[in-house]
Amino acid sequence: MSNNGDIAGISAGAAGPGKPVPAASRPNRIGAALASFGSAGILGVAPFLIFAIIFLIFPTLGLIGGAFVDKAGKLTLQNFIDLTQPTIVDAYIISIKVSAASAVLGALVGLILALAVGRGGLPSWIRSTVMTFSGVASNFAGIPLAFAFLATLGRLGLVTILLRTVFDFDIYRAGFNILSFSGLTITYLYFQIPLMVLIIMPAIDGLRNEWREAAETLGAGSWHYWRHIGLPVLWPSILGTLALLFANSFGAIATAYGLTGSSLNIVPILLYAQIRGDVLHNPNLGAALALGMIVITGLANVLYLVLRARAERWMR
Amino acid sequence: MRRSRFLPWLGFALGAAYFLLPLIATFEFSLREKRDAYSFLAYANVLNDPNFRATFTYSVTVAIATIIVGIVLIVPAAYFVRLRLPALRPVVEFITLLPLIVPPIILVFGYIRTFNSSSFLPLTNSTTGTNILLTFGYVTLSMPYMYRAVDTGLRAIDVRTLTEAATILGARTPTILMRVIFPNILISVLSGAFLSFAIVIGEFVMASLLNRPAFGPYMQNIGANRAYEPAALAIIAFVVTWGAMGMIQLLARFAPKTSATLVE
Repeated sequence: MSNNGDIAGISAGAAGPGKPVPAASRPNRIGAALASFGSAGILGVAPFLIFAIIFLIFPTLGLIGGAFVDKAGKLTLQNFIDLTQPTIVDAYIISIKVSAASAVLGALVGLILALAVGRGGLPSWIRSTVMTFSGVASNFAGIPLAFAFLATLGRLGLVTILLRTVFDFDIYRAGFNILSFSGLTITYLYFQIPLMVLIIMPAIDGLRNEWREAAETLGAGSWHYWRHIGLPVLWPSILGTLALLFANSFGAIATAYGLTGSSLNIVPILLYAQIRGDVLHNPNLGAALALGMIVITGLANVLYLVLRARAERWMR
Repeated sequence: MRRSRFLPWLGFALGAAYFLLPLIATFEFSLREKRDAYSFLAYANVLNDPNFRATFTYSVTVAIATIIVGIVLIVPAAYFVRLRLPALRPVVEFITLLPLIVPPIILVFGYIRTFNSSSFLPLTNSTTGTNILLTFGYVTLSMPYMYRAVDTGLRAIDVRTLTEAATILGARTPTILMRVIFPNILISVLSGAFLSFAIVIGEFVMASLLNRPAFGPYMQNIGANRAYEPAALAIIAFVVTWGAMGMIQLLARFAPKTSATLVE
């Protein structure tokens, strides 16, 4: 182990000013102290590791393994071939479209909002209000969020009725439906935009005033500053957060389920129906469906971590 | 150099409109249960519904159990990783990020397959077992947030000096953890706890697939069967989330301001 130095340091520090130790027994006592510190360390971390193995890693690996066997337990790739059936492919396409749309729009609007609040010279109470609200709204997902949007943009929602009575504009006749791709995207934005604001704000705070002053001294206007300095510095953070937002909505189910029941065919809802009632008539195909989701959210998260590491170069 | 503030104000106003309109609309909708006048009837119906009380109590109980189990697992782990086992840090950090990669629906699918009646640990066989499984699932869900909160708390204090001082005074490891370290990071731990609470209280998919009578599935059921009560529930859930996040804001004011937190 690489931490013997630490342990020795602590035990020396602990033994030093304490009771005087008889010279003869000193090596033994230090040895015992070493052993107890080392084992205490392991004992402290062990419950966490054991818990993670039993309740996180093992079930996930079991599921991944299940994707590679048939009902009789024999190794097969048939489950992945079966993933190409139209219902499943459609579900992946709609899921990817909703996640991409809500991630791109969420990142864009979130960035604009964060720039307006963080750099626009607005009073400081606005910034703290927006940050607090973002913390709340990014966690206000799931069933209640679906209810809120049904009450807003549903057929009897306040905004729908206002638009119809005041402006004589029926959004439902214009093709909008809260239970569709556009409705789901607009609902997801309610937690995607705040998440973007929360994650991008530190990066925006990292833009130093000196850079702007230096650019202005050299004759750059606002446009040149953002084009050549601001956005290039923020770019890895923006792309990284985009990946995170994508993963965030790809795995989400409660909002969609609360909004549309099982009528909208996205991957998590299909998987939910599969777990509930084996609608695909093959539990191992369900496992393959799940593995597909892990691969997509996993890739998106890896992208986020890599880009975040890049972005931190400018944060020092 | 003077710049126009019009665009920032416009951006803020549009954002505020998008975020406030659904809240206003939901609140207005929740008052419409009586045909002729605004009333709080929908709220009364919800609050008087025995199922609301039962499921809300159930979810609060599970949330508290989740927080306690999470603290017991994560505080010692984060402490020892920081102090004595830095080699394990990448492993532990990777594990705490995993729940963000494995969505809850996948995790619960894995649980149902792993802990079924014919498995080595047949937790789904009994109600108690399933309750434990749901709690552990929530511990896993909240792990990324709890670990980060605890680790931030540990970074803000001088763990090594505190530990050495306590050791000199004769304290053993459990005493150090409970009476020296824990009180010093209490505020961080509590922020993690309130965030976990906000995530767990209305959680739907795990509770639903494990067939537990939690608040999330209850809300879904009301949504499918009633007209105005769902809006009232949404407002109640928003207030609960706001309360949990507000507590975190409040606690942040009491957090020790050290060089470590300022760098964050």
